Amino acid sequence: MAAEPLIKVENLVKHFVVRLGAFGERGATVYAVDDVNFDIFAGETLSLVGESGCGKSTTGFTLLNLQKATSGKVIFQGENIVSLNEKRMRPYRRELQIVFQDPYSTLNPRMTIGEVVGEPILFHKLATKAELPEKVTRLLADVGLPARFASRYPHELSGGQRQRVAIARALACQPKFIVCDEAISALDVSVQAQIINLLLDLQEKYGLTYLFIAHDLAVVRHISDRVGVMYLGRLAELATREQLFSNPLHPYTRALLSAVPEADPELEKTRQRQILVGDVPSPLAPPAGCRFHTRCPIAMDKCRAVVPEWREVETGHHVACHAVEMETAG
Amino acid sequence: MTAPEIQKPLLDVRGLTIEIETRRGPAIIVDGINLTVGKGETVGVVGESGCGKSLTMLSLVRLLPNKIKVKGGTAEFAGRDLLKMSKSELRQVRGGKIGFVFQDPMTSLNPVMRIGDQLCEPLIYHRNMSKADAGKRAIELLRLVGIPGPEQRITAYPHELSGGMRQRVMIAMGLACDPELLIADEPTTALDVTIQAQIVDLVKDLRKKLNMSVVWITHDLALIAGLVDRVAVLYAGTVVEDAPVGELFARPTHPYTRGLLASIPKLSDERASRLSSIGGTPPEPGRRPKGCPFAPRCALAESICHERVPVLEPVAGHSGHRVACFVAQRQLKEAA
Ligand SMILES: Nc1ncnc2c1ncn2[C@@H]1O[C@H](COP(=O)(O)OP(=O)(O)OP(=O)(O)O)[C@@H](O)[C@H]1O
Ligand SMILES: Nc1ncnc2c1ncn2[C@@H]1O[C@H](COP(=O)(O)OP(=O)(O)O)[C@@H](O)[C@H]1O
Ligand code: SF4
Ligand code: SF4
Ligand SMILES: [Mg+2]
Ligand SMILES: [Mg+2]
Repeated sequence: MAAEPLIKVENLVKHFVVRLGAFGERGATVYAVDDVNFDIFAGETLSLVGESGCGKSTTGFTLLNLQKATSGKVIFQGENIVSLNEKRMRPYRRELQIVFQDPYSTLNPRMTIGEVVGEPILFHKLATKAELPEKVTRLLADVGLPARFASRYPHELSGGQRQRVAIARALACQPKFIVCDEAISALDVSVQAQIINLLLDLQEKYGLTYLFIAHDLAVVRHISDRVGVMYLGRLAELATREQLFSNPLHPYTRALLSAVPEADPELEKTRQRQILVGDVPSPLAPPAGCRFHTRCPIAMDKCRAVVPEWREVETGHHVACHAVEMETAG
Repeated sequence: MTAPEIQKPLLDVRGLTIEIETRRGPAIIVDGINLTVGKGETVGVVGESGCGKSLTMLSLVRLLPNKIKVKGGTAEFAGRDLLKMSKSELRQVRGGKIGFVFQDPMTSLNPVMRIGDQLCEPLIYHRNMSKADAGKRAIELLRLVGIPGPEQRITAYPHELSGGMRQRVMIAMGLACDPELLIADEPTTALDVTIQAQIVDLVKDLRKKLNMSVVWITHDLALIAGLVDRVAVLYAGTVVEDAPVGELFARPTHPYTRGLLASIPKLSDERASRLSSIGGTPPEPGRRPKGCPFAPRCALAESICHERVPVLEPVAGHSGHRVACFVAQRQLKEAA
């Protein structure tokens, strides 16, 4: 993967300023995403995992300039897109799409499925009104829905069908890149499998690149080329699927992986889990030094004071941990 | 795991049928479910959403929503029929001998009441404890479910806790009166894997300590693999397969169970390989097909499947394993 990345994320930071107290008398900062660096290569599926609130969605939104970055860069086609205003962003919008967990809340309930899918096509002037029905039919076929669905309303569809519509809408303007934010998390396993297959088919057919945000590690392991693990706004580890699942280096990654249940009663009975104690600390006051030190089973004094450096310890395998640093330096 | 006493189940549900009032008239949503739970046994109930898992359990403590009613069947708990008990008897059982944990803690925790007070209420009501004793017990319960600093936490309101902690408070409430049976309806579905693992381990640990029976409702077969003794697979309001957990994973027999298992990504999968999936969705209430409820989605369906409803029958040679499928039963006979 020596090729020039499709998207380069450099020192991306997103802080939210919130008001606390009954009258909003105190200001505070949520450190949602802090100094995150990674590349996304054309045609790959890069996944982001981590516990709730660790900044996965915020990374996705900020990267698409749907939320203003506090600082840092996102380079796409030679342009730092996070510095663009909405007007100058428009030509890039078409190529950068997003699909959410709950399509019901993002699909306009008063629009038919045909209108939902056709809207971005008209908005970006990719077809005339006369060409539209045929385009919509083709998009619905792409996501495995019959043409008659065009006249239905979102509430008449099942969860899996609505997710197909959301994907068709994202595909409508022929994007290069789609952020899938928990796009399959609310679905039953059997429907989940259908949507995963659909995403894989579309990727093959159109050479799509995915940033796949999910908390189901079994699914992530199945579909990803590379995986990034986030903890409290920072990347803890980033590696290829093989590296990450067979040789996890960061203590947080190890704990996450050991919590994933396998569909195998024999394995489950004998397996030693490394259970993480406690919850993720508040992002309003993240711990100093390594943010994971309050839950890390091997934390040292240094971890409480010094932020571990983001290093590439092996080709393509990045990690931020003092313990790994000592091991690999030796 | 201790061998469950099969002879006299703690909970014995027979022929449970639940109906819903729709615009087109009454429609059956739960169709003659049989389910037993032995003393100290943990039973997993799995199935896709909408197949009637929650309504089955809600009916047992008579908490069904409006327009949804039990039409037939019995549900004996320790020898008494829950479906025929008087209101006052029922109140003794609910939250007392049977503890409940619901999927969404925000709907069953009172948002304007401190969690300590919510925990004390059933103790004062069911156990006639004094306020002071109940307070002590509440702290003990919070410690039991792994909430750090329980002395301070009892004065917190639900919104001041994280999702994982709220779920643990729910479990503490379910356990408050040392129930003989804990019914947990998707207690970890909304939670992170790390918290999920904590809660699964907690329940495993507690059931040993308290010799409690557990019914764990979920759509996640992988999750219950290491947790339960036996699994009942629900489809469209009927039990289609029922087996000890090892047996179910080693010899899934109903086409629906096989489909569910096959759609879970496995450790050994090639990257980005196609997952096998069950096409279509479960029937909606009032639109159940005439024969086998799974027939419209079943790759093995034959003409008999569209005519008659298969019943749960033992899988010969495998004790405790039952399946409701014409074709599977015939194949088993041919193989024997
Ligand atoms: N608009 C906002 N204002 C203030 N804080 C916010 C806002 N959006 C997100 N946050 C906070 O930023 C942090 C990261 O949130 P984010 O939604 O990115 O997490 P996530 O990793 O996607 O979590 P989940 O798995 O629950 O979706 C959280 O602490 C969240 O509460
Ligand atoms: N309050 C309600 N009003 C109308 N229909 C309901 C209600 N609750 C559940 N149902 C319907 O009953 C069926 C079974 O629901 P439920 O027991 O909640 O399924 P599960 O718990 O297996 O997901 C579904 O078709 C669902 O839509
Ligand atoms: S830097 Fe220290 S605290 Fe952080 S993960 Fe590594 S060992 Fe643990
Ligand atoms: S009875 Fe027929 S339709 Fe039903 S599961 Fe068996 S083979 Fe399929
Ligand atoms: Mg999110
Ligand atoms: Mg339910």
